[in-house]
Amino acid sequence: MIREIPRVGVYVCHCGANIAAKVDVEEVARFASKLDFVESARDYKFMCSDPGQQLVVDDIREKGLNRIVVASCSPRMHEKTFRKACQKAGLNPYYFQMACIREHDAWVTEDPGEATDKAKELVQGAVSRVLHHESLVPRTVDINPNVLVIGGGIAGMQAALTIADAGKTVYLVEREPCIGGNMAKFDKTFPTLDCAACILTPKMVAVGQHENIELLTYSEVVDVEGFVGNFKATVRKKPRYVDMDKCTGCGVCNEKCPAKAISEFDQGLSKRKAIYSPFPQAVPNTPVIDRDMCIYFKKGKCRACEKFCEADAIDFDQQEEKITLDVGAIIVATGFKPFDPSVAERYGYGKYPEVYTSLEFERVNNATGPTEGQIRLKDGRVPETMAIIHCVGSRDKNHNAYCSRVCCMYSMKYAHLIREKTGANVYEFYIDIRSPGKGYEEFYNRVQSEGVQFIRGNVAGVTDKAIGEDEKGKLIVLAEDSLSGRFLRVPVDAVVLSVGLEAAEGAEAVARMVGISQDQDGWFNELHPKLAPQATPSDGIFLAGCCQGPKDIPDTVSTANGAAAEALSLIMREKVEVEAAVSSIDAERCMGCRQCETICMFDAIEYDSALNVCVVNEAICKGCGLCASTCPNKAIGVRHFGNEQILSEMEGVML
Amino acid sequence: MKEESKEFTPNILYALCSWCGSGGSETAGAMKLHYPENVKPVRFYCTGGIDPVYIFRALLEGADGVVVSGCHPGDCHFDTGNYRARRRIAAVKTILNTLGLDGDRVWLRWVGHGEGKRFVDTASEFDEHIQEKGPSPLKGIRGV
Ligand SMILES: Cc1cc2nc3c(=O)[nH]c(=O)nc-3n(C[C@H](O)[C@H](O)[C@H](O)COP(=O)(O)OP(=O)(O)OC[C@H]3O[C@@H](n4cnc5c(N)ncnc54)[C@H](O)[C@@H]3O)c2cc1C
Repeated sequence: MIREIPRVGVYVCHCGANIAAKVDVEEVARFASKLDFVESARDYKFMCSDPGQQLVVDDIREKGLNRIVVASCSPRMHEKTFRKACQKAGLNPYYFQMACIREHDAWVTEDPGEATDKAKELVQGAVSRVLHHESLVPRTVDINPNVLVIGGGIAGMQAALTIADAGKTVYLVEREPCIGGNMAKFDKTFPTLDCAACILTPKMVAVGQHENIELLTYSEVVDVEGFVGNFKATVRKKPRYVDMDKCTGCGVCNEKCPAKAISEFDQGLSKRKAIYSPFPQAVPNTPVIDRDMCIYFKKGKCRACEKFCEADAIDFDQQEEKITLDVGAIIVATGFKPFDPSVAERYGYGKYPEVYTSLEFERVNNATGPTEGQIRLKDGRVPETMAIIHCVGSRDKNHNAYCSRVCCMYSMKYAHLIREKTGANVYEFYIDIRSPGKGYEEFYNRVQSEGVQFIRGNVAGVTDKAIGEDEKGKLIVLAEDSLSGRFLRVPVDAVVLSVGLEAAEGAEAVARMVGISQDQDGWFNELHPKLAPQATPSDGIFLAGCCQGPKDIPDTVSTANGAAAEALSLIMREKVEVEAAVSSIDAERCMGCRQCETICMFDAIEYDSALNVCVVNEAICKGCGLCASTCPNKAIGVRHFGNEQILSEMEGVML
Repeated sequence: MKEESKEFTPNILYALCSWCGSGGSETAGAMKLHYPENVKPVRFYCTGGIDPVYIFRALLEGADGVVVSGCHPGDCHFDTGNYRARRRIAAVKTILNTLGLDGDRVWLRWVGHGEGKRFVDTASEFDEHIQEKGPSPLKGIRGV
């Protein structure tokens, strides 16, 4: 219903050349000026700039405009900007409509004439729609000040610490028995070669001891409900079979346990017990019992750990527990998993024992690892030559097309460590060296000067089929040296595969739970790749670290602090404005059939039995419109997405 | 580029939810992927809020086809809106077919936020599909 005579202002943005190079913006403005109720129409270089916004403000004041249409980019980018401009000029922000002529037209249409026509149609749609807009008042709801962080790698830990230091409560949920993530497995870290444990352990301890951090390890988030400011997360705590309050972390249980299993933490290169902590400095240092490997759980007899535990902490009856957490914001920091090279058979992983993945090699190098940090072949010999193969699973159309960003650098870290520890000859087989970062190129130069041989070219395969005498008993790396054009056979004692990074196991389930999306490679999508790299299209959900794409530790920590800052900025507001676009029920038309009540997944509709009508609770309604499209009497309308508004836009764009 | 020989340019509405569907269309934009200009996106809040009436009205008012894209099953911003949409579109198709009109002038295809290519492919395939069908017999039937 149109209540006052609309006076529409239309602004067609050039977006520099983004729109204007394809769309004849002047022509679109001319066209718009002839539409019904349009008072003024003009084009401008950058509508989102201050002078651009000021145009809107001035025109509203001077020309008495009461409806505004800006034809520019996606509303996701600047709807808020222009709504604010309207508000500044005293116009209700909902009297604004955006026509998306960049993403939906200029960027995706080949022919300029057609693009101009389409822009006119989209503008006409927006003008017809805005005529039917109503003045709405955004609602506010209280924000719960607690934050949930999913994933306890360096990203999740850093984010948790930053928020906790600001005095806010953080729940940090990690599915493994302890925190630290992949970084905890490393020996040294490029480019400074600080020992990973030396920089990580203090952080892990700080997380474990922080009064504002509630650490939930061996736990998984299984459900998230609600919305920005008011999420309800359900966490499943797996039974450790060890009482965390009683356990002193003395380690006797581990010593006495007779059952052995393969150590996941050591990448299968060593054995652990059935009752175990992944590594000695683990936080928390309470071990867990691996139910599948425990002799008592398998055969009903043993209980050695229990017998020797002086703290009486072993509890075979512990059950899985489910708890609910109320939080206002969620940071997803689920990290990555390394590419599994057994699917790329040519590298011989799994076939030749001396072919290692990079993560295995981290463990080999690590003082607490299977070889206590010594680089030794499986038969105990010190290697004389080693090959490091870059881009395994990355920059490879058969696997992942993207560059994993950290492998060049960690490969050179290995070259340095091998030279230092064994003096062996090292060959780096690379495609391109990627070393952007502070001190990274310098590290590359340093490794070159240490006598490491860099061979540029794709590796065709690894074999043990010797031809010459010098190849006997060795692994031979077959590669083309693309700089000299020669085909090489390089005999070595061991090979390290610099495997790329992939989204963590279970990332898809996490995405679904919190309502975010993944890109074609499985990484989580940010709201905007440049300008909103930590936010997501779901308000109140933020990203940190490698879950959004491969990153080194410095970038991981930066994004973690970025996500923490965004989460803090949200919860410190105490109240959040939520969409005014909610449903409303016309009591005259409602017959109390209650179909809307059943269909609403937010329980936002209540039935008033006295009046036999349904009523919307606006504080809960999210405006999805399910009820409106379900109502058999058409008694329900969604504000801002009402029938008049939608139908008039549809008709407008069809000209 | 459209072929010269194309006699008929269909008028196509592409109904998108504000989350995945719109996201896909914007990713397509950011990737500068092209699709026919006669496919015109219209943003809805959730595909579950798309009243069958909207689709009928679009066909009556001059659309030769309507394609709808929302979040993949399980990804809906509102949990189950896309399942409602799926059911409704199925019903719309049945009604159209029952009336001797063509239910295949309405498509539903999920498009995720990052799936710019899938969005463009859907737009182009649907355009070709409707071109083959020719103009909607309902076109302008209300005489507007
Ligand atoms: C071989 C190798 C060597 C590297 N060396 C270096 C180096 O020297 N220097 C450097 O700067 N960078 C290095 N990197 C990069 C570095 O590993 C990453 O930058 C860093 O680990 C990313 O941290 P993160 O917290 O984002 O992810 P992660 O370390 O993967 O941590 C993610 C955490 O989330 C947990 N998690 C996952 N899913 C869930 C779930 N659903 N619920 C609960 N918890 C979950 C995981 O268990 C894990 O603890 C290297 C990478 C590799 C592969």
